[in-house]
Amino acid sequence: MDTTARIIEKKDVTDVTKLFVVHAPLVARNAAPGQFVIVRVTETGERIPISITDFSRAEGTITLVVQQVGRTSALVNALRVGDVFLDFAGPLGAAVPLPEQGHVVLIGGGFGTGAVFPLARELRSRGVRVSSIIGARTRNLVILADLLATESDELHVCTDDGSFGYHGFVTGRLEELLQAGAGFTHCFAVGPMPMMRAVANTTRRWGLPTMVSLDPLMVDGTGMCGGCRVSVGGESLFACVDGPFFDGLQVDFDEADDRLTTYKDQEQLACQRAGLGGK
Amino acid sequence: MPIVYPHKTPMPCRDPEERRQSWDEVAEGYTVERAIAEARRCLNCQDPVCEQGCPVNVPIRDFVRSVAVGDFQGAADTIRRRNLLPAICGRVCPVEHQCESCCVLLHHQDPVGIGRLERFVADWEREHGRGGEFAAPHGWRDQKVAIIGSGPAGLTAASDLAQLGYQVSIFEALHAFGGVLRYGIPQYRLPKEIVDDDIEHLKALGVEFVRDVIIGKTVTMDQLFDELGYSAVFVGTGAGSPIFMNLPGENLKGVYSANEFLTRVNLMRAFSFPEFDTPLRRPKRAAVIGAGDTAMDAVRCAIRLGAEEGHIVYRRSEVEKGARAEDYERAAGEGVIFDWLTLPQRFLGDEAGWVSGLECIRTELGEPDESGRRRPVPVPGSEFTIEADLVVIALGTNPNPLIPHTTSGLDIDRHGCIVADPQTGATSRQGVFAGGDIVTGAATVILAMGAGRKAANAIHEYLQQGVAEKDAPRNDVVAPAPPVAGEASGGASK
Repeated sequence: MDTTARIIEKKDVTDVTKLFVVHAPLVARNAAPGQFVIVRVTETGERIPISITDFSRAEGTITLVVQQVGRTSALVNALRVGDVFLDFAGPLGAAVPLPEQGHVVLIGGGFGTGAVFPLARELRSRGVRVSSIIGARTRNLVILADLLATESDELHVCTDDGSFGYHGFVTGRLEELLQAGAGFTHCFAVGPMPMMRAVANTTRRWGLPTMVSLDPLMVDGTGMCGGCRVSVGGESLFACVDGPFFDGLQVDFDEADDRLTTYKDQEQLACQRAGLGGK
Repeated sequence: MPIVYPHKTPMPCRDPEERRQSWDEVAEGYTVERAIAEARRCLNCQDPVCEQGCPVNVPIRDFVRSVAVGDFQGAADTIRRRNLLPAICGRVCPVEHQCESCCVLLHHQDPVGIGRLERFVADWEREHGRGGEFAAPHGWRDQKVAIIGSGPAGLTAASDLAQLGYQVSIFEALHAFGGVLRYGIPQYRLPKEIVDDDIEHLKALGVEFVRDVIIGKTVTMDQLFDELGYSAVFVGTGAGSPIFMNLPGENLKGVYSANEFLTRVNLMRAFSFPEFDTPLRRPKRAAVIGAGDTAMDAVRCAIRLGAEEGHIVYRRSEVEKGARAEDYERAAGEGVIFDWLTLPQRFLGDEAGWVSGLECIRTELGEPDESGRRRPVPVPGSEFTIEADLVVIALGTNPNPLIPHTTSGLDIDRHGCIVADPQTGATSRQGVFAGGDIVTGAATVILAMGAGRKAANAIHEYLQQGVAEKDAPRNDVVAPAPPVAGEASGGASK
């Protein structure tokens, strides 16, 4: 069986964010919105999860958007067209449960915008109205706006510094739209933990059902290690098999955020050794 | 008449102090002289009851007799008739509960060191013999069999089916093969080169090894049959889902399941960070909850990662522990502290969110519970704290839910195990067989191998019926003589 995953297209989305189109027909065959892959790029390397941004069963392709945050993501972003991933396993995680009708607001923060795109496409194919709000620190970090616009009934771009679109956080724009009576029935948010927490705090006040995609530390991605456990409504769940999408109104963001810092020191060391600035 | 010495010939082990800092194998194995001396203790019983204690019925008496006369290749050939993974079994089988517990010498003196002799023979063959030359008639039948999971059950089933002539593919979810032999059992107890060797043997038999494929996700069971043309499937996906305690503080940083801790160490080689990229907390004081083989593995790994103290915390007493005798003794030799009759009640943390200890209560043993072991009863007012900056929960695992959750027509019991006929591995779905921990819950390597063997025989029978129903055996395939079914694992080594 051929499990080769070869990069057939690569684009610079920002200085530190790359888009890859990967020919991996086996993974594309059963992929669904909300799922992810686990990749490894060197024999001594880590396994890291990456959200699926797009997939085409017909073309046998998986699209990934990767932001450099540490050593392994830097190694991924250094791959070129024609290279193959050493390991490319998936699709993993549960498909996100999407509504059949209503008006969905999708929120993407930073590179999380990549992960909301497949939701937009699937929702539109179901005839669900889609409003998208995406945000970034500044204009040249806004990603995938053109792509997401093709699958959204309306698209709102926000920048923290006001260099493009709405001046402020995505939650500011969300609050405005809610107050204007947008009539959202569901919210799905993907982005940095503080953004998802802020979104949940906003939608909770409006009683708007909200799902967020959690990105905890993982090893195997198949439910074997429990390293990705998150507390949701007082229950400990595994993001790799029960998620990655969870009820955002019930997620313990403090705990999830803190667990992300487990290997902060080692990550810094790894980045220094690799000659990366790191974060 | 052999002269019988009362005690097992000792197996040399490396010095405990040196072991605390080394991932090299602890037990060094018998020399030729020691192996022969130990083999000569065997009484060559007319009725070798030891063989009944072996889940795959290795011809123990005959291989031990070969060792006694110095015919090590003969011994290796004899073992391989029933067991294709002797270097592994000779290291990890709980022999004191299996073959050696049946040895007639048990009640008069020490039983024959069958496990040590099996290991000696397998290692001798690796170094001197013709290991790997047991070519087989793989692939002459036109039926394909899929094996899900490359642990001991899957490897055994694959080897038997390949030797029966089927085209066999093993699908593994991880990036390396061997299942628990790869991610679970540490290097110092089972060097990974041995697992590599056994997998190479199977590749030489023509078995296809496919990594990074998660059956149920990448490819579904239905797709295996309908699109990929497999005629039968063996599910050996193991008991991969870790059990947590649901105690307060369990999600503090530094609290690991044994699966995660051991996977980071063994599969990802986190002990070599930063040469290897996967990180792990370096402990000063480690506490491991549980007293089975996995708990011993975890606490001894923690010591090798630099822990000055390694505790085993167990709610029952030493008598009820599940660990193999040899590994328990070696753990003790490496300075592990055993807190028996100790029940954790919650995990304590520091202000930065790291685990700092375990709040425990003493127990005493009451009446036997449903497992037959005496139930631990907390002693009121006996609360105390064990300081620890790394805690590993090694209380067992549940069956991996991926296949049960994504496959229709499979009966599952209330524990999440696949329901399978203990004699054949047949499940409620036609053409799907299962064995090992996914059926029994967490057990041992050798029991999983036994289940893999039974299922391979049953799959052979099932597929032969299919051929008979379609009648007309294919004449266009040039086939070597198939091996006799009962001697399936023998191959050319017979």
